Amino acid sequence: MADTAVKRDLQLRGRRWWLEVGWRHVVAIVTIAACILPLLYVLSASLNPGGTLTGSNQLFRTIDLENYRDLWGRGYGSWFVNSLVVSTVTAVGTVLMGGAAAYAFSRFRFQGRRSSLTGLLIVQIFPQMLAFVAIFLLLLSIGDVFPVLGLNSRFGLIAVYLGGALGVNTFLMYGFFNTVPRELDEAAKIDGATHAQIFWTIILRLVAPILAVVGLLSFIGTFGEFIVAKVVLQRPEEFTLAVGLYFWAADERTARWGLFAAGAVLAAIPVILLFLFLQKYIVAGLTAGSVKG
Amino acid sequence: MTDQQTVAPPAPPEEPGTRSPRRSRGDGSHARNFSAGFLAKLVLVALVDALGVYGILTALAVESWGIVAFLALALVVVNWVYFSRRAVPGKYLVPGLLFLLVYQLFVMAYTGYVAFTNYGDGHNSTKSDAIESIAIQTETRVEGSPTLPVTVVRSGDELGFAIVQDGEVEVGTADEPFAPVDGASVDGDRATAVPGWEVLGFAGIAEDQEAITALRVPLSDDSADGSVRTQDGSTGYVYQPTLVYDPETDTFTDTATGETYTPSDSGNFVSEDGDRLTPGWRVGVGFDNFTRVFNDPRLTGPFLQITAWTFVFAALSVATTFALGLFLAIVFNDPRVRGRKVYRSLLILPYAFPGFLSALVWKGMLNPKFGYINEVLLGGADIPWLTDPWLAKVSILMVNLWLGFPYMFLVCTGALQSIPEDTIEAARIDGAGRMRILRSMTLPLLMISVAPLLISSFAFNFNNFTLIYMLTGGGPNFVGTPVVVGHTDILITMVYSVAFESGTKQYGLASALSILIFVVVGLIAWLGFRRTRTLEEI
Repeated sequence: MADTAVKRDLQLRGRRWWLEVGWRHVVAIVTIAACILPLLYVLSASLNPGGTLTGSNQLFRTIDLENYRDLWGRGYGSWFVNSLVVSTVTAVGTVLMGGAAAYAFSRFRFQGRRSSLTGLLIVQIFPQMLAFVAIFLLLLSIGDVFPVLGLNSRFGLIAVYLGGALGVNTFLMYGFFNTVPRELDEAAKIDGATHAQIFWTIILRLVAPILAVVGLLSFIGTFGEFIVAKVVLQRPEEFTLAVGLYFWAADERTARWGLFAAGAVLAAIPVILLFLFLQKYIVAGLTAGSVKG
Repeated sequence: MTDQQTVAPPAPPEEPGTRSPRRSRGDGSHARNFSAGFLAKLVLVALVDALGVYGILTALAVESWGIVAFLALALVVVNWVYFSRRAVPGKYLVPGLLFLLVYQLFVMAYTGYVAFTNYGDGHNSTKSDAIESIAIQTETRVEGSPTLPVTVVRSGDELGFAIVQDGEVEVGTADEPFAPVDGASVDGDRATAVPGWEVLGFAGIAEDQEAITALRVPLSDDSADGSVRTQDGSTGYVYQPTLVYDPETDTFTDTATGETYTPSDSGNFVSEDGDRLTPGWRVGVGFDNFTRVFNDPRLTGPFLQITAWTFVFAALSVATTFALGLFLAIVFNDPRVRGRKVYRSLLILPYAFPGFLSALVWKGMLNPKFGYINEVLLGGADIPWLTDPWLAKVSILMVNLWLGFPYMFLVCTGALQSIPEDTIEAARIDGAGRMRILRSMTLPLLMISVAPLLISSFAFNFNNFTLIYMLTGGGPNFVGTPVVVGHTDILITMVYSVAFESGTKQYGLASALSILIFVVVGLIAWLGFRRTRTLEEI
C-alpha cells in the first residue's frame, strides 16, 4: 500500500509537486550551500598564494599550490607527524585497554565487578578536560621524575589521553562483548586454551568491528583535542596540529592566512575521509545506549 | 564537533553466571612450562619494574614522596596481579585502571585539593623552598669583602666557577656548592686548569656572558652562607643575604634594619608594618577561593554574567541545533524526495570537518574589516561580528548552529526511521492531521531516544572550550576585572584564563571554579539519568 502511494506521488506534477516535494529540494540546496560555503572558502584561500584575509575573498581567483609547498619549512610537517603519532598511539592504547577491561567485565565474575562498572559509569560523566589545571600541575611534578612524561612531551600527552580511555569506551565495548556467545570460549577452554589465548585469538577477532570503530572514534577525537594539548605542549616543535594551527590563525594581521588555510585543508582530509567511511558506525555509536533494546 | 559525548544509561549487567575463575592447579606451573606468552609477560613486567624502580630512585632524589609511594604501591600490585593465579580479571583491568587512577581520578581529587589552597604565582612551592629563594633573592655584595679571582669553567652545558681557597682549588656550579678538586694547576691565586672541566678564555666568556653574570655558586649547602658571583668573568665577590632566616623562631631578620618578618596565615613572611616577602608558599585557605568571587565586587559582576551566559549558550545551542536538525530530518524523511543520500552526505560535512578548524575558519570569515561575510556577502559592511558584546554572542551561536545541526540531523533521522510506520498509519486512519501526528505521535516517540542526547549535548556545550577560545577568545573583554575575562567567556574558558592567561597564575581560584563546573555537570548527568528512566516507562 505504501508502495502504490509512492508511485502515485512520484507522478505529481506542477504546483502540487512543488507543494509536496519541490520545496524540500529548495531547503536542501539552501542548507547545503550554507554548509559548503565555508569549506569552499578555506579551499580557495589555500590556493591563493601569499593570501591575506582580504586577498582571499574572491573565491578561486587564482589556483596555485604555493601555500602547500611553503607549509613544510615552518614546522607544519612535525605538527602533522605529532598529531598522527599521538592520535594513533592513543587509539591503539584505548582499544587495547578498553578491550581488555570489557573482556574482564564481560567474561569474569569477581568481587567488586558491579561496583567497578557503576564507578566507571560515574567517572565517564566528567570529561577529563575539566581538570586541566590539575593535569598541568600533575605533569609539572611528574616531569621532575620522568621528564618524558612531564610537560612539553608528546608521551606525557598520550599518557593523559590514555587516562580517559577506560571511562569513555568500556561501556560501548562491554555491550558488544556480551553479544559474543560464551559457548565459544567454553569450547576453547575445554580444548585447553588459557584465558589469554581465548582473549587474543578468539574474542578480539570476533569483536573486531567494535574495536575498529572505537579506535577510529578515539583517533578522530584525539586529533581534534585542543585544550589539554595546549596546556601540556609549549614548544612549537612538540605542537599537535590543533595547537599549531591555532597559533597561525590567531595571528590575524600577518600574511599567514593562506598558509593556515592550506594547513587546515590537509589536516581535514584524513578526518573527513575516516568520517565518511565510518558514517553509519558513528551514527550507531552516537545513539548506542540511548535507544531501548 | 566530532567528540559529542554520549551519556549512556547503564546497560544492566548480567547476573553473575555459574562460571568462576579457573582454579586448576598442578599441571600448569610456569616453572615447568615456558610458553611464548609467559615470556612476553615476563619481559613486559620486567620492563615495567625497571622503569618503576628507576622512577622511585629519581623521585627519592627530588623528594617527591607522593610519587615514591604511588610507584611502590603500583609495582607491588602489578607484580602480584601478573604472577598470581588468583587475580585473572585483574590482569585485564590493571593497565587501564592505573591510567584512569592517575590521569582522571587523581586529577579530579587534586582539583578539589588545590581549590582549598592559594597555589599560584607567588605561592608555588613549599615553605622551605620559599625560605631558600627569599635568602637568595636578597643577596647583596658584602661591603668591603675582598675580590676573589675566579676562573669560569665549563663541562658540557654546565657552567661553574673555580676559586683558590687556602692554596686548594675548589669548583662549584649553580647546583653544587664549592668543593675541593684534586690535580688542578694554580698560577698565583688563580686556577688555570681543572681536570674534568674546560677553562673558558675571553672568547668563551664573551660568548656566554649572560649566563656567566647570572651564575650564582653557593658557598655551602646553607643558603645563609651566601654565594660567589662575578660581573666580568675574572673577579668574583662574595654575596650574602641581607635577610637571615632563624629556624628557632621561624622568622626572617633584615641584617641592615633589624626588622623581623614572621610567617602569616596566608603563606608569606610579613613584617609588622605589613611588608610581605615574596615568594610565599602554599597554604590551605579554606573556602577563600569560593567566596572570593562574591567578596570582590570587581569579580562578582563578570562572574555572574559569565555563569548566566554559559547556561544560555548551552541551552540555545542545543535548542537551535535540535530545531534545525529535526526540521531537516522531517523534510528529508520522505521517500518522494530524490537524491536524499547525496543531500545527507553533503549535509554532514560541517560535522566531519574537524571542529577546531571550523572555528578558526569562521573566525577569519567573520573578521570585521577583511572577513568574507562583511566584505563579500554583505557588500563591504562594517559589522563588528566578534568585537561587539551582543553580536559576538550571536556569532558564536550561529557558528555553533553550523557546527552542530548535522549531528542533530543524523540523530533525528535515525530516530524517525525507527518509529514504526504502522503506528503513524493507525493515527492517520483515526483521522489525525499532519500537525497532530507530528505533535502527538512523532515527537514524543522521537524524544525517547533523543532526549538523553540533548542532555549530553547540553553538557558538551556547557564545556565547549574549543569553540569559544578559538572564535572570540572570550572577548570583548570586561574592563577593570582583576582577571582577563570577557562577554563571551564561558565558565571553562574563565578557568583557563584565571589559571594561565591573567598575568599572575591563580591555580587555587581556577580549581575552585572547576569544582563549580563539576557540580553542574554532575547535576546535568543526574537529571539525564532520571529523565531517561521516566521516558522509558512510557
